[in-house]
Amino acid sequence: MTNTAIPSENDIVASSPTREALHMFLRNRAAVLGVILLSAVLLLTIVGRIVYAVDPFDIVGAPFTAPWTDKSVPLGTDHLGRNILAGLISGGLATLTVGGAAALLTLGIGLLVGALAGYFGGWVDEMLMRLTEFFQVLPSLILAMVLVSLFSPTLTTVTIAIGLVSWPTTARLTRAEFLKLKQLEYVKSARAIACSDAYIITRIILPNALPPLVISATLVIGAAILFEAGLSFLGLGDPNIMSWGLMIGTGRPYALDAWWVIALPGFAIFLTVLAVSLIGDGLNDAFNPKLRDR
Amino acid sequence: MRIVSIVAERLAYGIGLLVAVLVLNFFLIRLAPGDPVQFLIGEMGGASEQFVREIRASYGLDRPLLEQLGIYLLKAAQGDLGRSFYYNSPVLDLFLSRAGPTILLIATATVVSLVAGTVLGVLSSRRPDGLFSTVVTVFSLIGYAAPVFWTGLLLVILFASYLPIFPVQGMRNLALQGNALTVALDIAHHLVLPALTLSIIYMAQYSRLARASMLEVLGSDYVRTARAKGVSETNVVFKHALRNAILPVITITGLHFGQLLSGAVLVEAVFNWPGLGTLAYDSILRRDYPTILGLLFFAAIMVVIANVLTDLCYAWADPRIKTGRQSA
Repeated sequence: MTNTAIPSENDIVASSPTREALHMFLRNRAAVLGVILLSAVLLLTIVGRIVYAVDPFDIVGAPFTAPWTDKSVPLGTDHLGRNILAGLISGGLATLTVGGAAALLTLGIGLLVGALAGYFGGWVDEMLMRLTEFFQVLPSLILAMVLVSLFSPTLTTVTIAIGLVSWPTTARLTRAEFLKLKQLEYVKSARAIACSDAYIITRIILPNALPPLVISATLVIGAAILFEAGLSFLGLGDPNIMSWGLMIGTGRPYALDAWWVIALPGFAIFLTVLAVSLIGDGLNDAFNPKLRDR
Repeated sequence: MRIVSIVAERLAYGIGLLVAVLVLNFFLIRLAPGDPVQFLIGEMGGASEQFVREIRASYGLDRPLLEQLGIYLLKAAQGDLGRSFYYNSPVLDLFLSRAGPTILLIATATVVSLVAGTVLGVLSSRRPDGLFSTVVTVFSLIGYAAPVFWTGLLLVILFASYLPIFPVQGMRNLALQGNALTVALDIAHHLVLPALTLSIIYMAQYSRLARASMLEVLGSDYVRTARAKGVSETNVVFKHALRNAILPVITITGLHFGQLLSGAVLVEAVFNWPGLGTLAYDSILRRDYPTILGLLFFAAIMVVIANVLTDLCYAWADPRIKTGRQSA
């Protein structure tokens, strides 16, 4: 709010819900910390690749060089003498790409299933919800393990496997939003003027259902990154592409000799997921003023 | 009794689920690139021509697809989930011998995370803006964001190198001789770190949920009524509020069981806990497909059982379920 006595047009814009939410978000220190952390991680993996172009599979020094002891390998080396910093930079891209793509796929399937079930109801809803329940009760990691090991581990199969096992939560949330919104007047009027189902779903209900779905998307991204890391740790990632989970998985037998081989990539995963979930919490508080006190 | 019909309904649903898992497995093998026989006996070679022919005949792989599915389901119904070609033993026997440790780990982690999470959540709901509440919130964020296998490995490094008070590998000290009590204590000693690692994530989630749920319940009319008629604060919190606030926590615990099993796979791999997770890890390394596929089926069985147990817990915590009376 400004101190001028007569509100100008700018003040009216300033109090729009989106502006207010943005304002709330920026006042939330945890959320801003999340944005900073995520930017740092993205900077490290994207700009780092250009500035620090070392192949993470190259053997560059003595095995088990500790961090901060040799300037040529700032974060030390693993059991083969490979550069950990290069691994972190290069592995970040794989982890973030798979995490991001899997999250998109998860949201895509979830939105589609949830929207159809919520909008049409009846037997469509019944069938789709049975399918959702089926995928929801199965242990998702074990199902993904089955999928990846049957269809050889590559970045694509890992991404698809994560997407295929993770969508039920998004589908349920989307369905709930659609069930609520389709009762509203403006949807009824759209139907009264003979808008097609596809138009009502994509142009009328979906935009209004988006805020809670965007917030849940942050959870989906975090979960997908953790998922990718877990699969790689179990040896089910693409063995030819460095990722944070792969670094932990291959370093595991040497954990007691070289803590950094495990600790550093894990810390990178931790920071990334933390950043995403802080941002998600911030968005949630900003868009749900009622819940602000919780 | 209403509870009986709820459990019966759950079981019927569970059997449907198990059949669906088998059908899924069946089609996955056929969809995957390569000859299905390869997934049934291994791709490493070494299987004689005659053995391949026998397997083909016993699974009816030369028959129409639907007939193959029928044979597959019938075999599973008789407990024949195939044969592990790495361990060279029936998959079912393998699972039965490995299920105990996993159930022990999961049950311990569930109880610990449920109790500790609820206590943390209730305590932090007392002063939602206080220091303790902030600490619990931060803890739950950290618990969510840290990959469970990473936390486990850090604990292994810590307790193996710097603070050797808990064993970090395996479930038993095989050199140890003694009576049942000594063995039980030894297992409990080995259980501490894996169970703690697995509990942390869920403790984080349950504390958050319990906190939110308590805050909501504490603001409701019946809590105000209880306070107005002079019920002591302890009784208000533990008898009136907690009993209602814990319901969503129980529901989520039931829903999370599949995820808990996923977490157990990673934790067991870290601590070499000799359960289903280690079995999964080893089978993946060896591409032992019958075991990997059977694992999904076995996991589904555990989920079904866990769901029935959750319903029973729920009925115990919420008497309205038992009598079938609707909540007002």
